[in-house]
Amino acid sequence: MRYEVVIGLEVHAQLKTQSKIFCSCPTEFGRPANENTCPICLGMPGVLPVLNKKALHLAMRACLATHCRIAPRNRFARKNYFYPDLPKGYQISQYELPLGLEGHINILINGTKKRIRLTRIHMEEDAGKLIHGENLGSPGHSYVDFNRTGVPLIEIVSEPDLRSAEEAREYLTQLKAILDYSEVSDCNMEEGSLRCDANISLRPVGQKALGTRTELKNLNSFRFVQRAIEYEVERQTQILEQGDQVIQETRLYDSTKGITFSMRSKEEAHDYRYFPEPDLVPVVVDNEWIEKIRKTLPELPEQKRERFVGEYDIPEYDAGVLTTSRAMANYYEECVSLHNEPKIISNWIMGELLRELKNNQHSIETCPVKPEGLISLLKLIDEGTINAKMGKTVFEDMYRTGKPAKAIVKEEGLTQIIDSSVIESLVDQVLESNPEQVEQYKGGKEKVFGFLVGQIMKESKGQANPSLVNKLLKERIS
Amino acid sequence: MHRKTILQAKEDLKQKKYSAVELTEAVYQRIDDVESKVQAYIHLTKKQALEQAREADRRLSAAEEAPLLGIPIALKDLICMQETRTTCASQILDQFISPYDATVVKRLKGAGAVIVGKTNMDEFAMGSSTESAWHHPSMNPWNLERVPGGSSGGSAAAVAANECIGALGSDTGGSIRQPANFSGVTGLKPTYGRVSRFGLIAFASSLDQIGPMTKTVADSALLMNVISGKDPLDSTSADVERPDFMKSLERSVSGLKMGIPKEYFTSGIDPEVERSVQEAIKTLESLGMEKVEVSLPHLEYAVATYYVIACAEASTNLSRYDGVKYGYRSEKNDNLLDMYMNTREEGFGEEVKRRIMLGTFVLSSGYYDAYYLKGQKVRTLIKQDFENAFQESDVIVAPNAPITAFKLKERVNDPLKMYLSDIYTISANLAGIPGMSVPCGISKSDGMPIGVQLMSKHFDEESLIAVGHRFQQATDHHLRQPPL
Repeated sequence: MRYEVVIGLEVHAQLKTQSKIFCSCPTEFGRPANENTCPICLGMPGVLPVLNKKALHLAMRACLATHCRIAPRNRFARKNYFYPDLPKGYQISQYELPLGLEGHINILINGTKKRIRLTRIHMEEDAGKLIHGENLGSPGHSYVDFNRTGVPLIEIVSEPDLRSAEEAREYLTQLKAILDYSEVSDCNMEEGSLRCDANISLRPVGQKALGTRTELKNLNSFRFVQRAIEYEVERQTQILEQGDQVIQETRLYDSTKGITFSMRSKEEAHDYRYFPEPDLVPVVVDNEWIEKIRKTLPELPEQKRERFVGEYDIPEYDAGVLTTSRAMANYYEECVSLHNEPKIISNWIMGELLRELKNNQHSIETCPVKPEGLISLLKLIDEGTINAKMGKTVFEDMYRTGKPAKAIVKEEGLTQIIDSSVIESLVDQVLESNPEQVEQYKGGKEKVFGFLVGQIMKESKGQANPSLVNKLLKERIS
Repeated sequence: MHRKTILQAKEDLKQKKYSAVELTEAVYQRIDDVESKVQAYIHLTKKQALEQAREADRRLSAAEEAPLLGIPIALKDLICMQETRTTCASQILDQFISPYDATVVKRLKGAGAVIVGKTNMDEFAMGSSTESAWHHPSMNPWNLERVPGGSSGGSAAAVAANECIGALGSDTGGSIRQPANFSGVTGLKPTYGRVSRFGLIAFASSLDQIGPMTKTVADSALLMNVISGKDPLDSTSADVERPDFMKSLERSVSGLKMGIPKEYFTSGIDPEVERSVQEAIKTLESLGMEKVEVSLPHLEYAVATYYVIACAEASTNLSRYDGVKYGYRSEKNDNLLDMYMNTREEGFGEEVKRRIMLGTFVLSSGYYDAYYLKGQKVRTLIKQDFENAFQESDVIVAPNAPITAFKLKERVNDPLKMYLSDIYTISANLAGIPGMSVPCGISKSDGMPIGVQLMSKHFDEESLIAVGHRFQQATDHHLRQPPL
């Protein structure tokens, strides 16, 4: 039987605030343990939460950027469970009345636009972090760091509209871009500011009712999300094909082994005893405020992507890659404003630039080659000073040394050979040393032409102008 | 000196009849004399108090003005004060030292008050007799075999026994008014949101309010001026202007309508209590108040509603006492679950555990709608009852408790009977309205004090103070002293 994969994602994103959601402690990452704490976020007896307005503001931006309807009256609720990283014994979250409802995000799958619906967006506080003594040289003891406790989060819950691991990854990429553009979150997965849980089920193709789902937790990179889902789909397929039933449970992903394993069954699931948080008054948001925020939203990834296609006449795929982050899109547009060759620039960014960024684990913000640098290189190519192939070597040097293109070209003596007499003598040289191939070509084996060009380029140490080589070789050999 | 009211002591200090240090020492002398019998305090803060008194004297001699300059005040031991123990009368917090001041403590200190010590209470304010206290019970100064009421029984007893000049208590279902009634003092539960709860260790967040417990209504008015007002640290504190409550003392009550709720005078009320309250009503009539009958038909559901909502909130408010961060931790902690269970099993008393279990149950999946949600609906009905009653009256006059102070141990093993002693006070908390208990007599059958309860609209403590003060000007019940 063929099965359809059904996936819904729950994404936690950290809101980009200076202070925590219910107290004034800083949210700064990487401070010594328990340095960012006060009686309020430590859950001392008698303390009360007060909502950080900036957090609400950012959560509203996230709602508007994802087309959610903002509830004019929403409220916080307590989610009760015991764990040492949860100092109050409950997490302040939203339950029955969340901030945002019924939104959507459009993703591109093989060039086709697909709408993924959002169920809700709600605000909540983060928990702390346990540090086990094994890592601190005191086995058997556990410690807790409350620096993260009370850091403001939004949880973005999608409808079960995703149909493959690839779609899930594309959804996350889009969501991350939206949160980045709207300046809601840094979306830094290493620092835990973007985290994802996935609900996965299978059903026979054509069946309407959803199958039994499992919930995957602990997916802390886009790659892991994709791999964990792929693994889980395979696992559930095997179960169903054997005629067994999938058990509803929560599973954890082990990224080193690449497998998921059971964490707790449905029967062991917590009863969180949600109820309205009596220490906070309902959050009342008026239309005027919503409209004011809406006006400050920048151009969002989807709009930008469409504009790039129309304005720069580049393929939708290119526009999609170039708009994954605001910084990337800005980089591209700056390049184009300096040198009106949108497609060539797009090729360079998606090819050479992205490869170097990936190899050096840089982001576009930390890229040592700035738009002016890239463009001065492209101009050298355009002017014929160097050819495109040499340009790639020069780019690598620019990236590595931070030197401008012109200096590298000069130092390495990399000027392109455009003197016909020099190239003609190279052509003669190659024809003389390859008589066999020349015969073959004359006998109709045209493929040999490319080989001869390659030999000439090699003799010129890659510096000959390729089109001149082509032209002169053709003249001489025919 | 220790018998003085706040206003008297304030005047005496101003006139330099004695110093703040002398007054404070007199209070501690009184504590030395009677505390072994009354046991109103859990611990004293004498060292800091004397420093505060010396500072007050310095300011007094510089002719500085502050509302409570040099006045010895006692705090119920669930109000956090920096660098002092705040125990909630529980083993689980016995060694807890608060790292911060509650907003009311900041305001008291700012007003120049001298903090005498932390008074006894029912554990986590859960009780009506101060017998569920972990350290020791407190005795009623009027009869040491009887309870002072609860949960603010320590504050009530300390005021009644003149072991302080005034005190703060907290009221979740009657915990200021009922012990004030039982111990023959004045107690005011303000409107929910009038006084900041920041630093008040929570029992039931939507019901808790801090309020004054004093020798006179006038003293309560003065304390209200100090402690009330919007607090940015408490989202539920109301952003309403704080009136000058002292001005209410000058207000006439003639022409005010007093609503008499018929449901409060049915079977179950002690005849002596009823007689005293009826007499108080007559006195108020003689002051020009007009009597109208009102109805609060949902009174019979108040106790059940209260126990559902209060316990639900308490069950999660008390989750933080888990042995991880502060307070008591069981020695038996082989693993995390054991540590939680043993810590809470050993650290909490019976009544607290009963309420945590009840609250956990009513919030559980499958029971939430039938209990918690229904409780909230009835709460709305009770609020509407009061809104209707206040259409026809300005102040509701009713008994505070159906009985006078009972004997120690008489009700500890009968929780339901204990819960019913709050039947007349609980509604005001559910509705969020202010309520006050004012002494109105002594029972002829057992010699114990009786109080009358006054209730008014949201944020209309001024009417309570006006009526209460006129009543005390016309009567001398509040002047009687227990035979200590």
